[in-house]
Amino acid sequence: MTVQPAARVARRPLPWLVPGVTAGGLLPVALMLLDAWTGALGANPVQRALHQTGLLALVLLILSLACTPLRLVFRWTWTARIRRALGLLAFGYAALHFLIYLFDQGFVPGTILTDVLERPFITVGFTALLLLVPLALTSRADSVRRLGFARWQRLHQLVYVSVSLAALHYWWGVKKDHTAPLMYALVIAALFAVRVVWKRRQPVRGRATQPGD
Amino acid sequence: VWRPDRPLGPYDTTEAVTPYREATTYNNFYEFGLGKDDPVRLAGSLRTRPWTVSIDGEVRKPQTVDLGTLQSWFPLEDRIYRMRCVEGWSMVMPWLGFPLAALLRRVEPTGQAKYVQFTALHDPEQFPGQRSDVLDWPYVEGLRLDEAMHPLTLMAVGLQGRVLLPQNGAPLRLVVPWKYGFKSIKSVVRITLTREQPRTTWSAAAPDEYGFYANVNPAVDHPRWSQASERRIGELGRRPTLPFNGYAEEVAHLYAGMDLRQFF
Repeated sequence: MTVQPAARVARRPLPWLVPGVTAGGLLPVALMLLDAWTGALGANPVQRALHQTGLLALVLLILSLACTPLRLVFRWTWTARIRRALGLLAFGYAALHFLIYLFDQGFVPGTILTDVLERPFITVGFTALLLLVPLALTSRADSVRRLGFARWQRLHQLVYVSVSLAALHYWWGVKKDHTAPLMYALVIAALFAVRVVWKRRQPVRGRATQPGD
Repeated sequence: VWRPDRPLGPYDTTEAVTPYREATTYNNFYEFGLGKDDPVRLAGSLRTRPWTVSIDGEVRKPQTVDLGTLQSWFPLEDRIYRMRCVEGWSMVMPWLGFPLAALLRRVEPTGQAKYVQFTALHDPEQFPGQRSDVLDWPYVEGLRLDEAMHPLTLMAVGLQGRVLLPQNGAPLRLVVPWKYGFKSIKSVVRITLTREQPRTTWSAAAPDEYGFYANVNPAVDHPRWSQASERRIGELGRRPTLPFNGYAEEVAHLYAGMDLRQFF
């Protein structure tokens, strides 16, 4: 078993960290359900839920990508512990976002197939979600052991492609004002930049410390 | 006073009217902001009285007229129209107004008049959305003269028997029910008859996505989404979108011989 003994988990600092992040990440679903119940999702609740879940997926994906740069720059170790939860939450919201889209289209296969194949806006969003599936499936601690760290790490680099496509999907989804999608794209670019710079500066040490993530 | 039980006119739809609350809180009106709830939130900043409208260009009787005077010229009519937004949602709106044709006849278009250009109020003090250059202000829309003269084309001053609220385009707006909602320009201050096709705001901002005609057409998709179906506000499912928003019988002849894929 790669799962750590309970005694050791209990001695870790901030024991509430992962449960707290998970609960916090699920809170928006609860709020959305409450809003749906009270009618607070507005005149077009399906569209509102669609936008909110999409944005939450992107935000959580970016937060999961921020864990390593934050560890590198500020030497925080706790960020590595919440990366998995953030990644899974992001996948959950992306899947929910897709489900709401399917509902929005009345689950009509023809319409959905045309959208996915012929509309770049939908194609990139769908691809971004698809790329997250293998990552979610190999998110357990023992997946790293089974795949071997190098292969696991290479596989999980797909998240860079996924988040870039998700940002492009957001950009194309906006009717006129691109300020918000631009902000997200800049944050993603900054997170990439930190990794690249760090890798160039400390190639050996950087790699040596990675397996401890 | 709005009477839901009044006898229906020839152009009225019998479909369920969108509740007043939804019709006045879920609006696209970029002059107030990009969010659907920006118009209702910021509506207080628009002063709708006094209000004057200038009518000029290719007309024999150009004039600037006070809104009260303008309204007194024509009897107000109830019209229950479908309203289809280019974004894929729709409402049923009981407008109160007068046919644009009546106004145009009164100012006597010259033989040179081919198009009608509408200009909305440009005042960043009253329209906070105009402090950002998200669109090329003022908002301008246009119709071909025969579209403008069609009996369905309305100048509205009320909704559900009440004076039009700012978020719905107070105090005077265009309503062209067979076209996507963005054609029905709000808070109109100027009507100009022209020889040339006007440069309209959305068709200039994104020419590949929004055309001059913008007739509701389930067969011509928006580049980013299908226009084959729509969500009626208040319903969870989607319903098929009708050619010319269900007004094909009345208006299809206006476009005889035109390729509607080219002139979208």
